[in-house]
Amino acid sequence: MTVAINPTQSGEPIFYLADEHPHPEGWSTALGFWIYLMSDCLIFAILFATFGVLGGNYAAGPAPKDLFDLNLVAVNTSMLLLSSITYGFAMLTMQQNKVGQTQIWLAITGLFGLAFIGIELTEFAHMIHEGATPQRSAFLSAFFTLVGTHGLHVSCGLIWLVTLMVQVWKFGLIEANRRRLMCLSMFWHFLDVVWIGVFTFVYLLGVLR
Amino acid sequence: MSRLKILALLPLAAALSGCNYVVLAPAGDIAAQQRDLVIISTVLMLLIVVPVMALTVLFAWRYRQSNTEARYEPDWDHSTKLELVIWSAPLLIIVCLGALTWMGTHLLDPYRTLGRIHAERAVDQSKAPLEVDVVALDWKWLFIYPDYGIATVNELAAPVDRPITFRITASSVMNSFYIPALAGQIYAMPGMETKLHAVVNHAGTYKGFSANYSGAGFSGMHFNFQGLDDKGFDAWIASAKSAGGSLGRAEYLQLEKPSQNEPVRRYGTIDSDLYRLILNMCVETGKMCQSEMMAIDAKGGAGHQGVNNTLPLAYDKYARRGTALGLEPSFVAGTCTPDAPQGAATTASIKAPTDTAPLLGAGLKRPSFTPLKSSSFFLGQRPKSDS
Amino acid sequence: MSPDLLKLIFGRLGFESLPLHEPIVVGTFAVVALGGAALLGALTYFRLWGYLWREWFTTVDHKRIGIMYMILGIVMLLRGFADALMMRGQQMLAFGGSEGYLNAHHYDQVFTAHGVIMIFFVAMPLVTGLMNYVVPLQIGARDVSFPFLNNFSFWMTVGGAVLVMASLFIGEFARTGWLAYPPLSNIGYSPDVGVDYYIWALQVAGVGTTLSGINLVCTIVKLRAPGMTMMRMPVFTWTSLCTNVLIVASFPVLTVVLALLSLDRYVGTNFFTNDFGGSPMMYVNLIWIWGHPEVYILVLPAFGIFSEVTSTFSGKRLFGYTSMVYATVVITILSYLVWLHHFFTMGSGASVNSFFGITTMIISIPTGAKMFNWLFTMYRGRIRYELPMMWTIAFMLTFVIGGMTGVLLAVPPADFVLHNSLFLIAHFHNVIIGGVVFGAFAGISYWFPKAFGFKLDPFWGKLSFWFWVTGFYLAFMPLYVLGLMGVTRRLRVFDDPSLQIWFVIAAIGAGLVLLGIICMLVQFAVSFLKREQLKDVTGDPWDARTLEWATSSPPPDYNFAFTPVVHDNDAWWDMKKRGYQRPLNGFKPIHMPSSTGTGIILAGLATAMGFGLIWYIWWLAAASFIAMFAVGIGHTFNYHRDFDIPAEDVIRTEDARTKLLAGAK
Repeated sequence: MTVAINPTQSGEPIFYLADEHPHPEGWSTALGFWIYLMSDCLIFAILFATFGVLGGNYAAGPAPKDLFDLNLVAVNTSMLLLSSITYGFAMLTMQQNKVGQTQIWLAITGLFGLAFIGIELTEFAHMIHEGATPQRSAFLSAFFTLVGTHGLHVSCGLIWLVTLMVQVWKFGLIEANRRRLMCLSMFWHFLDVVWIGVFTFVYLLGVLR
Repeated sequence: MSRLKILALLPLAAALSGCNYVVLAPAGDIAAQQRDLVIISTVLMLLIVVPVMALTVLFAWRYRQSNTEARYEPDWDHSTKLELVIWSAPLLIIVCLGALTWMGTHLLDPYRTLGRIHAERAVDQSKAPLEVDVVALDWKWLFIYPDYGIATVNELAAPVDRPITFRITASSVMNSFYIPALAGQIYAMPGMETKLHAVVNHAGTYKGFSANYSGAGFSGMHFNFQGLDDKGFDAWIASAKSAGGSLGRAEYLQLEKPSQNEPVRRYGTIDSDLYRLILNMCVETGKMCQSEMMAIDAKGGAGHQGVNNTLPLAYDKYARRGTALGLEPSFVAGTCTPDAPQGAATTASIKAPTDTAPLLGAGLKRPSFTPLKSSSFFLGQRPKSDS
Repeated sequence: MSPDLLKLIFGRLGFESLPLHEPIVVGTFAVVALGGAALLGALTYFRLWGYLWREWFTTVDHKRIGIMYMILGIVMLLRGFADALMMRGQQMLAFGGSEGYLNAHHYDQVFTAHGVIMIFFVAMPLVTGLMNYVVPLQIGARDVSFPFLNNFSFWMTVGGAVLVMASLFIGEFARTGWLAYPPLSNIGYSPDVGVDYYIWALQVAGVGTTLSGINLVCTIVKLRAPGMTMMRMPVFTWTSLCTNVLIVASFPVLTVVLALLSLDRYVGTNFFTNDFGGSPMMYVNLIWIWGHPEVYILVLPAFGIFSEVTSTFSGKRLFGYTSMVYATVVITILSYLVWLHHFFTMGSGASVNSFFGITTMIISIPTGAKMFNWLFTMYRGRIRYELPMMWTIAFMLTFVIGGMTGVLLAVPPADFVLHNSLFLIAHFHNVIIGGVVFGAFAGISYWFPKAFGFKLDPFWGKLSFWFWVTGFYLAFMPLYVLGLMGVTRRLRVFDDPSLQIWFVIAAIGAGLVLLGIICMLVQFAVSFLKREQLKDVTGDPWDARTLEWATSSPPPDYNFAFTPVVHDNDAWWDMKKRGYQRPLNGFKPIHMPSSTGTGIILAGLATAMGFGLIWYIWWLAAASFIAMFAVGIGHTFNYHRDFDIPAEDVIRTEDARTKLLAGAK
């Protein structure tokens, strides 16, 4: 906000704004949400560190190379990456004020996200069925917790996405909804970035190890 | 107010001059050097703390509102010279203290073998140190003397002026092994081993205890440490041997059960492999030892076969009660013959050079050590040799 | 009813969970129940519920939330201090074969609860409350960035406190020490509800703290008055900014480490177990990566308060503002590089230990610089010995001792002989009481007239001050001595009768502190009764320097009728000096956030969920969790969260103040 705070012509200092405008609504939202994301990032950082410390403790049980199906994970990764792209399209159409198209892109994003969660749950179920439960070793505890926390975030993102679609449908692309879509966009891309870390450090390096 | 504090302390000091300030007047060389560090650092810091306190009182008095004769400069808020002084004075002291810390920490590293018996006498390298394996149990201490084949509960003895090497672990939760008269403390942790090298210089009986809260019986978890002359120590060993009693795996599992305020116990014979089994948490028959497990993990785990390699906990041990939503408590079963699992004791230790010089701030000799490799720094591994 | 059904409905909660066999707890419960019933009865009788709900519980006004934080902190101080008295009593009595009056089961809960309550539910609310109240006023803002979030954060903190208090009467609290190190805190060794209470109380309160941290960082970054550049912010705002950055960057670590511990406890994962490749040492590392910054979270705002107070009561600009700011920032950054000094004795090796020892010592350099800055602010000043200044002098003399023993403990070989001893206990009480508590008291007596429009009674304040200070020294100097005698912490019974006298002295000290607390409560009551006499109509009773004193006491809902413009870091001083005239006309409607009950409802549901999880009442946990989501989502459908205070209201308020000011002259 730029305001004239220099002394007036007569040299009298200005001590208050006689004619002020309140900060626009959502003035701090982007910053606040960004700081929240950074604190969330720290949560993932600690989980990554935990996985780094415990990731080799198989307790004479199975190791990543015995458990991970990289093809499935690759498909899964592409689901999430595609969902990020489609979210990008949603934001572009939002800029052009096209409510219908925005909603469609959001729905596609949601479907990709749902597919991601579905595949991840299938993978988990498969591992647990094999006996590779989170209780079997510290490695598996750390794996399920890191990947599961990411999955929980995506699930919350999906609930949020549906909520926002309802709100856009009811109230249109008003300023508040645009801001919310922007926040969810940051959240969604953030989860994408975290997943790239998971894919690299947990799956790829795990199988290589 | 500082005056008040002194007033408060005076009667205490008078009433209690007979007290035993064991940290300030220990009986072992390591503790004595640690005491020296305490005193040197305190004096170093007093160099700045005393002037600050004096200035506080002085300024508080001199610039009180009623003293209209004092100068009043409401807009004076900066002086580059003063700023330099107030940043550099603490800095200088911390530089000295930091150097002292770096050297003292390396010289008094509990993992480092002793270089001297006391200020005037170097260690005779031809004689082996006394080895004691320490196990913190719920809530008592087990001491195993592998060289003499005996073990004691809540009683520790060592000959005067002979270096002692403690290998320390715990059975269930974390404790801290501390004999203030002998040397500083170090944690005793289950499945892990810490080491302590120390020597006692004066005969006598000293207190030892756990310095880390470990549950209900914590307050009673103490023992007497006896510094004995050589003859006395031999007699003590002999009396322990004659006490009969034998400590094998079965007896240990009984002993390990939680109990409070245990009396002294002695065992004339022991299972020579017992400490290694305790450290590797495989005293129970059929349980896989940590060393074996880590060896398997280092080779990439036991694959799919490993998944079902667990057995339910059959006995109602104090530890590992079930969780609300999880599976039944279990343990990893040993894959080799359960009674003779693989793995050898680790032997890494840091050798100290022979050096009888006292640890003082000025003129302290540079300790000879090689810097750790960066990888081992992050992984927390200990260097093989440091001399 | 069948046992299965009972278990489904009540989880593991049963009649045997009530500590009816502990006469002390039953007695406490009777007193609390009677007192609580009397309070609730009085509220109902005077028909105050509606007022409380409308004006306080649902408020989003940062000033009221700040005051509620302070009330929470003071109430919990009473509980935490009762625990302290019980410990001092036990340690004073349990000599020569005597078991004292507390068994291990009870005593171990007492010292755990004391630590948890004092840090999370006394020090944190007091500090957060002061920041909440003062920061928006100091930067010339009308409220915080996210007013609803602020209300929610507060109620989450209350939720955590409620869970801790519930543990006193329903079940038990943790018996693990305040950081609950595994394996002791894991399910194998602590199968009861105690550690679960610990986990969920901290998780619920921790969410609140993190959100309030985000909120205040945003507030300070985005809502400063025009002209207030970063280097013109008052020092208290600076320290608050650093503190909240620390909160945002450290509380998530606590959240994760507690979550991992609860996974270990609830589903049997192996993060911190002995078996199956778990590592209890990792817990110790992680919790201190949060725990050490936490210390600075508490003490930095106190440093800010002392800066404001010293400068105000010396009638002088703060000496070395720039170096003060840089010192704060340096401390903020360094606080992340020292966590290992809490466990040198774990055997990390000499190089690692000395690294962390030396980084710890380096922190004393900026801290020392701050100390000198306060000293030279007093130099050539005109010091008025009002209560806040007395606390400040007491702080300066006390804190240097605590700082010195702290640096001593940072020397690893010295730590080997003093770690976990009563010397350590004396050290951290020396810095936390001498720094944070004295700071909070200085802040309370300094800003009380701002919040309520009348000063605190100086007589009872000074009485309280002297009891506190002498009590503190009597209570903790003996602990230094005992530490040097090799006495360790958390012991319940002692053998050596020669130690007893020291514990008796410490108990007497604790008794004096109790008198100090009582005097403080009397001070509040007396000041309220004498409020006409102690009244301040100017809004600036101390002839102070920063913006919060530019408005009336108590400030109107909107804080400032016109947003002030800042030209100097002592903005209000500068305005006074250059002949600022209070605007008397031209008022306009002011845009403000409206109250909402969502915060308290959400926090109540979170607390219920925590209670359900603690007692394995799964239906309650699941239902509250779903309800939380529903209420949260429902709240987002409300797009009308603001209103305008009409210009007439502003004019009426401002005219009333004009009359008051004229009457004062």
